[in-house]
Parts: sequence; structure tokens; C-alpha cells
Amino acid sequence: MANHSGNYVPGSGIERWLDDRLPIIRFSKEHLMDFPTPRNLNYWWTFGGILAFMLVVQIVTGVILVMHYTPHVDLAFASVEHIRRDVNYGRIIQGTHAVGASMFFAAVYIHIFRGLYYGSYKAPREIIWMLGVILFILMMATAFMGYVLPWGQMSLWGATVITGIFSAIPIVGEPIQTLLLGGFSVANPTLNRFFSLHYLIPFIIAAVVVLHIWALHVPGNNNPSGVEVKSSRDTLPFHPYFTMKDLYAIIVFLIPFAWFVFFAPDILGHPDNYIPGNPLVTPAHIVPEWYLLPFYTMLRAIDFNVLFIDSKLGGVIVMFGSLLILFALPWLDRSKVRSGTFRPLFKPFYWLFFVNFIVLMYLGAQPAEGIYVLLAKISTAYYFAYFLIILPVLGRIETPAPLPASISESVLGENKAQA
Amino acid sequence: MMKNKTFLGAVLLVIGLALPAAPANAAGEAVHAYQQSWSFSGPFGTYDRNQLRRGFQVYKEICSSCHGLDFIAFRNLSEPGGPQYSEDAVRELAAQFTIVDEAAEGGEREGVPADRWPNPFPNEQIARDANGGALPPDLSLMAKARTIHQEFPWWVFNYFTAYQEGGADYIYNLLTRYHEAPAHVELQPGQYYNEFYGVIAMGPPLADGIVSYEGEGTPETVHQYALDLAAFLQWTADPHMVSRKQMGFRVILFLIVLAGLMYMVKRRLWRDAH
Amino acid sequence: MATASETKATRRDFLYVATGAVGAVGVAGVAWPLIDQLNPDASVLALASIRFDVAPVAEGSSVTIMWRGLPVFVRHRTPAEIEAARAVPMAELKDPEPDENRVVEGHDEWLIMIANCTHLGCVPVGEAGDFDGWFCPCHGSHYDTSGRIRRGPAPANLVVPPYEFISDTVVQIG
Repeated sequence: MANHSGNYVPGSGIERWLDDRLPIIRFSKEHLMDFPTPRNLNYWWTFGGILAFMLVVQIVTGVILVMHYTPHVDLAFASVEHIRRDVNYGRIIQGTHAVGASMFFAAVYIHIFRGLYYGSYKAPREIIWMLGVILFILMMATAFMGYVLPWGQMSLWGATVITGIFSAIPIVGEPIQTLLLGGFSVANPTLNRFFSLHYLIPFIIAAVVVLHIWALHVPGNNNPSGVEVKSSRDTLPFHPYFTMKDLYAIIVFLIPFAWFVFFAPDILGHPDNYIPGNPLVTPAHIVPEWYLLPFYTMLRAIDFNVLFIDSKLGGVIVMFGSLLILFALPWLDRSKVRSGTFRPLFKPFYWLFFVNFIVLMYLGAQPAEGIYVLLAKISTAYYFAYFLIILPVLGRIETPAPLPASISESVLGENKAQA
Repeated sequence: MMKNKTFLGAVLLVIGLALPAAPANAAGEAVHAYQQSWSFSGPFGTYDRNQLRRGFQVYKEICSSCHGLDFIAFRNLSEPGGPQYSEDAVRELAAQFTIVDEAAEGGEREGVPADRWPNPFPNEQIARDANGGALPPDLSLMAKARTIHQEFPWWVFNYFTAYQEGGADYIYNLLTRYHEAPAHVELQPGQYYNEFYGVIAMGPPLADGIVSYEGEGTPETVHQYALDLAAFLQWTADPHMVSRKQMGFRVILFLIVLAGLMYMVKRRLWRDAH
Repeated sequence: MATASETKATRRDFLYVATGAVGAVGVAGVAWPLIDQLNPDASVLALASIRFDVAPVAEGSSVTIMWRGLPVFVRHRTPAEIEAARAVPMAELKDPEPDENRVVEGHDEWLIMIANCTHLGCVPVGEAGDFDGWFCPCHGSHYDTSGRIRRGPAPANLVVPPYEFISDTVVQIG
């Protein structure tokens, strides 16, 4: 459990004065410096820090881009080119923001898959997990709206396709779509409101991140063994041990990031977005950014009607369902053991789920024809089966491997001797 | 437990069977592109200044009568990393053009280096009327807005080789692969057949000897013109590539050094903790 | 024993200091592009220096051109105006500056000045005021035929921008 006793002693009169009124130093010391953190966290746990860093990178570069960007359908494309061509270091800042979105998602996927493997969503950390799902959804909304801003062909048509999702809702769908677009098609009012929201949501994300960390600091971190902290021997203060470890991880993370920014800034985007948006011509294949592809595949996978639900609405339900189901995960996985390391049956299904997710991503970039249609259905089915069938069943039938008695024991490798 | 394993095996089998089949299906109708070796490819690639100048000459003498270069200003032609003409040469070049300027007396004035390359047509409708209804696209970003089709797994390597030349390859293939239409393709007036593109509204723009290069040694062939023009258009799409890559080397080298130091710091700290 | 641990401590400190220093260089290296992007961009700088052919400006007339977003007077002065400007004793001037310093030698007839009153920035009216130079209608500043302040609230002479004649008639401002 978190140590709330607090060992901060104000050193001077001013600090005492401040401590009585705004105990910010005490708070920082407790939560940023002394916070007891399991000593066995591996490098997969550094992605939390990397994500916080990426949020700052995106906000800082984003605020700067706004200084040079013009949110108008006639000028947006040219203003982005102006940033790339004329603004001092503009090509680097714009590249960092665009590549940064991809790196942000790469990190968030690793963070999520780490949580799925080590059972970080299980009691008492359900709220942390659910806040994380909210963050993930907010990130997707932000990234989608940000992709519209350069007003290339893929911006315009991606926006048209995705906002079309809302028209699937029975009866009120069309009015809702018109309301969202501010017109009957994606046009200047849409661009302006997306710009406004793209600027706003990151700050909401920042606020939810605060809640996410707050919720984390109540039970403290999960860890690779999944065994709760039992004594102070199991933990180390957050600073300097984990600040320096996270910082090291961030710098290593920056190397591939810089590789893309400086040597291949366009490879993660789509060539069609270098054609100015044209409402008269649709690109041959509309492909979302890679990080949205798994969900795009699930949207397309439903091409049949089920009772009164037509295929369009069905796809929308499945796509949103694939996100909403994550909220229920803490109650679907009934296993008492957190860490996948000690769950022999869980492991192959987990890795299959991981491969299946990559397959979903790959399928999203392929045309919806031939074998891809069938594969998409199978993969979508497995995605849902993993949560709705496999995890609940595994919780009942699985015999977990013996757990280490404590974290410090697992660090010292004594569990092996006992096993 | 047995049941689970069977299920797992079945799923793995399906995926295993399906995956190798996937790429073969992905081919679609995309035509194979002949990839060229470019001076600007890979992390160490830079533009060949003389090639950019030749490409600019081809653009100016051939393409510019129909295609704009909206995002290029005359001044860009003298910037380092590009064709790098002298400032005086650029000023002289700009002065040959008439720029529409509402603030100028009579609404027109002589061009200056700060002006953008003037579009050959005053508006889209006039451009279409002059070209049988087809709009000649702007060329400034053509090299980024097009790419070639690559089969799995070849595109995977692009992430590690920093392959950014799909656009240049596309332009080269388009320009060099005009052919007689095969029997089953029927062309309307004003249409041409291109093996790489299909039916196209642009006639074959290049022919051997159509542009005379200064000096000896550079062949005046369609192949060479297409290479030079593609390189020039790569530059118009990505004019700061050279300085960006140079900065990239400094940044990545710095990050590796800092990562090494941070690793030692982290290790030394943690050694005490264990 | 004590020495050994001291050496160890020193070496450790060196690693931390070195890493901190390299890190600080990195932070500075990141900060600079974020600040420099506020500076005028390449398209603005391309217009920071303009060329103007003064030949069409007839003697006794003037034109106003734009330079860096500011209005600039280009005045082709008559010999009488030049003489009047040069005859003024320095003691009578609020901001003493000889006329010769405000023009390029050999091109004395060309007076090129930023057309913003040095008081609060209005554009003065030409061939007006008590000294037949410029008169600022906003707050009543009078300038002479050399653009020098003679009466009124303005503290200084009209500003001469950096410029040079690159040929007999073409002037490059900025």
C-alpha cells in the first residue's frame, strides 16, 4: 500500500509558510520522489513515462504549429506546406508532430498489451484501467481530427467515411451527422470545429492522465510477478530509481522517433494526403492511419444483416463494441492470478490475441475483397471471443503455476528453487 | 484443457494457411514499377545539383507550359541543397515572368525572387478548357503524392532503409512507358496509352533530343530526361531534405551518446539498490 | 579504505555531472528550434530586402512604397528643396542631423524615409506644413525638406532605412 505518512519536513520559514497553505512540495515529494514503487518493474513499465513525455511533445509542437496554420479549406493545405518549407525549423516541428502521433500510439499499444499480459486491470486497479480506456478513445478521436487538418485527400475522405459512421444510427443518425459536420458534407465548418476540438481534447487527456495517475497512486503499481507489495523491501522510491530508468527509456525511444522524423518523415503517412482535398474525387483506397486500422477492419468485417440490424449499423456496433468491451475486462477475466507469467493456459491465447491484433491491422490496409473478407471476420470473432469466452473460461479451468511469496523473493529468483 | 488446445491449434492453422496466401492476393492490378537508383535515396542520399538543374530545364522547357509548380518560389532555386543557381541568375529568371499583383500599377509587374512560380493558367476552368477537359495537376508535391506498389514483404524494409523514392520512381515510370495501345484498349481522341498508368490524357511529353543540355556528356534521351525531371520534382516536394538529414545525423548521434550515459547512470544507481 | 570510497564517489559524481551536462545541451538544442520558429520565416525574409527603380519618379514628386510592411517615401527633391534643407543651421534643429547624412552622396536628390511619424506612427502628408516638407495631421508635427523634425510633438527626424544604389536608378532597400 502507498505510504502516506510523509517524511517531508519543511526546511525553512518560507517552506513552512507555503506548506501550510499549498503543500505542493510535500505533495511532489510524496508522489514524484518517495512514492514506493515495486523494484521488479521491467522495461515494459517505462511506457507510462514515455506516454506522459509524448503527450507533452504533442502539445508543445501542436501549440507551435497553430501559430502558423490556417484552418480554412482554401488555405489549410498551403499553410501546412508553408510550415514545411518556410518556417524556421518548421519541417522538423511538423514532422515531429505527425510522426509523434504514430509514436504515441506505438507506445500506448505497448502500454495496453503490457497491462493485458500482467493483468494490470484486475482489482484493485479497475478504475486505472477504465481511465486508460477513456484515454485511448480520446487519443483516437484527437488523432483522427488532427489528420483532417492538413486537408489533403485522405483528410477529407477519411473524415467523410468516419463521420458517416454516425449515419448508421437508426432514425436520428442523419441529423446527428449533419450536426457534427455543420453541413451536409465535410467542408469548412467541419474543418473549423475539428481544429477547435483537436486543440481542446489533448488538455482533457492531460486531465484524465492526472486521474489515471491518481488512481494508480492509491494501490500503487502492479508488477511483473502480479504479487502485491508486502513490505518496504519490495519497493524502491520512485526517484531516483524510476525517474532515471524512465528517462533512459525515453531517450532510447527517441532514437527510432528521430529516425522517422529526419530520414523518413512521410513513410508513416499516406501519399494521397499530399494531394489537396477535392470533394469531387475519391481516392482509390481510403486507408486510415495505421494505428486505427484494427478497428477499421472490424468496422468493415460486418457485411451481413442480423435481424433488424443492417450491416452498416452492425459494423458500427462491432467497432464501438471492440472498445467498450475493454471497460468490462476487469470483470470478464475471473482468474485470481494477475501476471500471465504464472498462467500456462493464458499465455498462448494472449499471444494469439496479439498476433490476431496485428493481423487485424494488416487487413485494415488491404482492399475488402477475396480472402481478406473472410480473414477479417475470423479475426474479429477471435478479438471478441478472447474477452467474452476465453478469459472467463480460463479463469475457471486454469491451474496457475505457483506464485512467488513476495516481490523481493521473485527478484532474487528464490521462487525457482521453491518450485 | 484439451479442448482449448484443439481450438488454439485450429485457429493457428487457419491463420497459418491464410497469411502466406494474403500477399499473392494483394497484388491487384498494380503494374510493376522499374525502380531506379537515385542519388537521394537512403539516409546518406543527397541531391545531385547538376541533375536538379537539368531537371529544372526539362520542367521549364516542357512541363511548365501546362503544369504549375505552386509551392516553389524563384528564391528556392538559389537555396542550398537545391539547384542552387546564383541569386543574380534567379533574379534575372524571375524578371522574365509577369506576375499578377493587385497592388501593382496596372495589376501586373515583373517577377522578383520572392514570387511563387506563376501558374500557366489563371484558373482551373481555363486550364481544363486548354487541355480537353483534363486538369494538369500541380507538380510541386507530385513526388510525395504518388508512390509505387510494392509486394509484401518488400515494403517492410522501407522503414529501415528510409525509402522515400516511390514518387520519383512513379514519375520515371510514367514518363518512359508510353506505348501503342494494345488491341483491347480503345482510345478516344485526346487519350494516350501508358503501360504504367493506363489510359492517360497527357500525350508523351518527352522525346529523345527534345531538350538540349549544356555541355557534353549527358545523354539527351527520354530515359535521362525522365530521371532528371523526377529528381527535380523530388526536390520540389522535399526541398530541405539535405539539411534535414544532416541534422538527423547529429541528433541521432547525440541521442546514442546520451542513451549510453543514461544507461550507465541507471545501472550505477540500481547496483546499489540490489 | 577512505580514499578508495572517495575516489569512487568522485567518479560517480563525474558520470552524473557529465550526463547532466550532455542532457542540458540536448534541452538547449530542442529549445532553440522552438524559439527560432517565432522569427520571420523564409517567405517574410525574402521580402525583407526589395529593389525599386526610381527612374519614373519625376523631380518634385514622390511615391510611397511598401517595405517590410511599412510605408516608405521615395522623394525626388528639387535643387531648391535641397538648398533649403542644407541652409538650416544645426542650432535650429530639434534632432540635429545634416542633410548630407540623410542621403547617399551623389544621389542627393533622392530622399528615402520610412513614412511613419516618429511621434506615434501616423503617415505625414507631403509638401505640407510650415517648412514645406511633411506635416503630420494626427498631432501636428512639422518636418522640413530633409524630413527632419522642426516643430510639434515628434521627438526625432523621419527614419532613413538602410538602402544603397545598386545602379544609377535602382535602389535596394533593406
